Amino acid sequence: MADFLLEIGLEEVPARMIAGAEAELGKRVNDLLTRERLLGPKAKLTTYSTPRRLAVLAEDVLPAQADTEEQLTGPSWKVAFKDGAPTKAAEAFAKKAGVPVEALVKVENAKGEYVGATVKREGVATPQVLAAELPKEVLALYWAKNMYWRAARPERFVRPVRWVVALLDSAVVPLEIAGIAAGNTSRGHRILHGEAPVIIEMAKSYAEALRAAYAVVDVAERRQSIRKALDAATRTVPGARWREDEPLVETVVHLTEWPSVVLGTFEQEYLTLPEEVLVTVMRDHQKYFAVEDAAGKLAPHFLAVLNTEADEQGREIIRHGNARVLRSRFKDAQFFWDFDQKTPLADRVESLKNVTFQKQLGSYHWKTEQNLRVARALADAVKNAGVPLDEAALVKSVELAKTDLTTELVKEFTELQGVIGGLYAIAQGLSSIVAQAIYDQYTPASIEDAIPKTIEGQLLGLADRIQTITAMFGIGSAPTGSKDPFALRRAANSIVKILAESGLPLTLTAVLDASGAEPANKEQVAAFLRERLHFYLKDVRGFAYDVVSAVLAAGSDDVRDAMARAEALTAARESADFAAISASFKRIKNILRQAEEKQFAIGSAQGVQLAPEAQQLFDVANALAPTVAKLRNQRAYGEALASIATLRPVVDAFFDKVMVLDPDAAVRGAHLGLIDRVLRGFSGIADFSEIVTG
Amino acid sequence: MPLSPVSPSPVVSPAKPTALTFQELLFRLQGFWAARGCVLQQPYDVEVGAGTMAPETFLRVQGPKPYRVGYAQPSRRPADGRYGENPNRLFKHTQFQLILKPPPVNVQELYLESLQAIGIDLSQHDLKFEEDNWEWPAGGAWGVGWQVMLDGLEITQFTYFQQCGGIDLDPICSELTYGLERIAAFLQDVDSIYDIVWARDPETGAEVTYGDVRLPEELQFSVYNFEMADVPKLWEHFNQYEAEAKTLIEQANLVLTSEASSAVEKRRFPLLATYELALKCSHLFNLLDARGAISVTERVGVIGRIRTLAVGVAKAYALQQAA
Repeated sequence: MADFLLEIGLEEVPARMIAGAEAELGKRVNDLLTRERLLGPKAKLTTYSTPRRLAVLAEDVLPAQADTEEQLTGPSWKVAFKDGAPTKAAEAFAKKAGVPVEALVKVENAKGEYVGATVKREGVATPQVLAAELPKEVLALYWAKNMYWRAARPERFVRPVRWVVALLDSAVVPLEIAGIAAGNTSRGHRILHGEAPVIIEMAKSYAEALRAAYAVVDVAERRQSIRKALDAATRTVPGARWREDEPLVETVVHLTEWPSVVLGTFEQEYLTLPEEVLVTVMRDHQKYFAVEDAAGKLAPHFLAVLNTEADEQGREIIRHGNARVLRSRFKDAQFFWDFDQKTPLADRVESLKNVTFQKQLGSYHWKTEQNLRVARALADAVKNAGVPLDEAALVKSVELAKTDLTTELVKEFTELQGVIGGLYAIAQGLSSIVAQAIYDQYTPASIEDAIPKTIEGQLLGLADRIQTITAMFGIGSAPTGSKDPFALRRAANSIVKILAESGLPLTLTAVLDASGAEPANKEQVAAFLRERLHFYLKDVRGFAYDVVSAVLAAGSDDVRDAMARAEALTAARESADFAAISASFKRIKNILRQAEEKQFAIGSAQGVQLAPEAQQLFDVANALAPTVAKLRNQRAYGEALASIATLRPVVDAFFDKVMVLDPDAAVRGAHLGLIDRVLRGFSGIADFSEIVTG
Repeated sequence: MPLSPVSPSPVVSPAKPTALTFQELLFRLQGFWAARGCVLQQPYDVEVGAGTMAPETFLRVQGPKPYRVGYAQPSRRPADGRYGENPNRLFKHTQFQLILKPPPVNVQELYLESLQAIGIDLSQHDLKFEEDNWEWPAGGAWGVGWQVMLDGLEITQFTYFQQCGGIDLDPICSELTYGLERIAAFLQDVDSIYDIVWARDPETGAEVTYGDVRLPEELQFSVYNFEMADVPKLWEHFNQYEAEAKTLIEQANLVLTSEASSAVEKRRFPLLATYELALKCSHLFNLLDARGAISVTERVGVIGRIRTLAVGVAKAYALQQAA
């Protein structure tokens, strides 16, 4: 048993791509070793990465494939041997099997006597298998963006491959990747170790050999040491905490081989800039962690994660350099802020004509006018439902919503659009309702985000998004497959989320109607929104697939109502009676479909003598229907479903004793009428036939 | 509760008399790369927005012929002007542009050596190569690479050129673009670009700062670019340069694809002059943009017109090189 190590040495791989590539390489190596029967019983696979390397260590790898023996069966014995002498058929079979004719034997099976051959295949040695197969696997790795570097462009990869280590224990596996022959020589940290080669003596000693060369190849270990170092540096400021930021931790984990942390300080005066701006500069532009005081307020410190370990003098130089950059960035932001105040948002509406929203549709000035129309329609719908709102503030916020796109600060920090507008609105004396609505207009940006805080902000968000969706569908730019360049799915997800988590008296149809969508694409947009509601209930709220299908089949317009029905149905489906009812409903649906195919008419029970079980179902269902309808109207879905479950004994009895598709057309028609009524009368909360029953 | 760190950052002396002056920085980089086989060129004498646009890069990267060249390139970006009031922004900054075609396998190591050569002791700094891809759509050019971060400061753009003028490059080349003002401000530890020491008299120690040399230019060009450049005239210039370039490109294609043309005829066709006309258009576009004179509907179209010229020259240049 041996250990196999593969390390691909690279120029710095983009941080965002490393985790995925490391996992994919592990999977490809594992699949290859499995496919080639090279994994021993205690096989274990570990993957490693730093910005300059991807590596896999496979333990318990066999030295070679096992030899195999295969029994082949050929033509019948009689055909193969005439008078004990081999015929052409025997010779052909022996040739095909790769054995001499004398090695053929007689085998007997149920069908008679046949010629058999035992074929032995010698296993191939592991290094040969790897040399032949592994380079293809490596070069097939997926990269979001890759490059050519060698003359004549033989291959593409994320960055140039500079070295390859491939070892079976201590022996080099003779493979070649992108023109680089594998060896046992790796490289260490660029600065701390320098250019001296790092010899890997044994595959298994890989991680330790690299550690000695100042590269921690275990990602989890780096993550943990960065978190600890952040804690330790923050502790030097009493009461302070660093702001948790998982994506940023992941980024710096993949930017470092030998991480350490310095805490730096900036001038108090910059704390007058909005926290949003300060944090964006630190996080997005400098990859620094923000520090807050015990009350959660931003403190004038930052934490930089370094890819080195310097002495105290070096750390001081590095801290000073980072602080200098941060200060100049803050100064820039301050400059932009002051400069932008010279032109209030209200004076920027006209210049939106110079900002393209979408080439075929028009500018953001056009977009603003469209949003105004939609927002007014939404406001009317909300007022008509008796929910109060500040319509003047809504209109003002829609008018100004996009004006921050013309500010220097947003041009510099595009990720802060909306937020900057909201902050400027406050600074320029606009009402807090207007400012908050502008501030929140792009929330929720993701499905984990909170929705806008105010009703005006929610309406602005809805108007902006539904207008975008219908306009884009109108010019034939609906998302297809994995292509959604305008993020319309995200926009629709946000619409559903706002409706689900606000108190707005709006259905999806009401939102769509307000958009003024052309009838031609309205149905398409409606279907798109329904699909997003399905996604929300299933993937965000975690309802079971069949529950979601059942609930949406009974109505998919009122988002919060659909959620309430899904909750009630999820609880109800646990009961045995309910499961039985669901099965019966499925049966009803099937029978009705058969009847339709055979063109059996649905009739009425009038003047038809029904069997007692049919009559009983008729009576009980009629008596129960008003109760269920009432509960449904009161949105007491749990109770309604419990009532429906009480139908079980009469439904079961009906199906036990009654032949639904009676030969007598009148009786059959009456039966069909009865079950059709039961199905329709009790499917208002959910289409139970969609429920998967065990 | 106001927070104060237990160990406040000690003040590092801002004056670093040993740090290189602005011009010494350039000398060192030139010397370093000259010693590694690079041709040292002078700045191109037509307005460009970046060193990439100078023909020593844009045209030389085409075709199979190896080439190594370095040059300082003043790069004009009219919209970035700040009247000399912003300590970090300039209308015209200086790039030290380096093209290594094809890239040596140790190109990153050479780059790190060049940093040592300008006085950066890497053991006392934090250096990272962070993903940053580059493209110039109007030039049909793109590449992948990094921004090189030194103690949180982007000091160099490092790109592996993949395509230029809409043509796949083979071999590719590496392009290193050092931001000289930033690096000088970093080395000298000054907070404003204008405080950078440009030159120091070795005898008297008298210093001339970046502000002394360039402040009036930043101020006056900001006024011109934002306030006084004559928009109708700029359009007129643009149209004239474009028309002449187009005619030349058409002629070039005739001459370069014709069996009847002799090798001499092909070689003497003035594509280098044609390219200058395209550069003029690019600069005029930037000026019009700074004047706010390019409307939404025009913008994409005008960029497309420049692209037609740049790509047209690049394609013809490829034909000329192959001839």
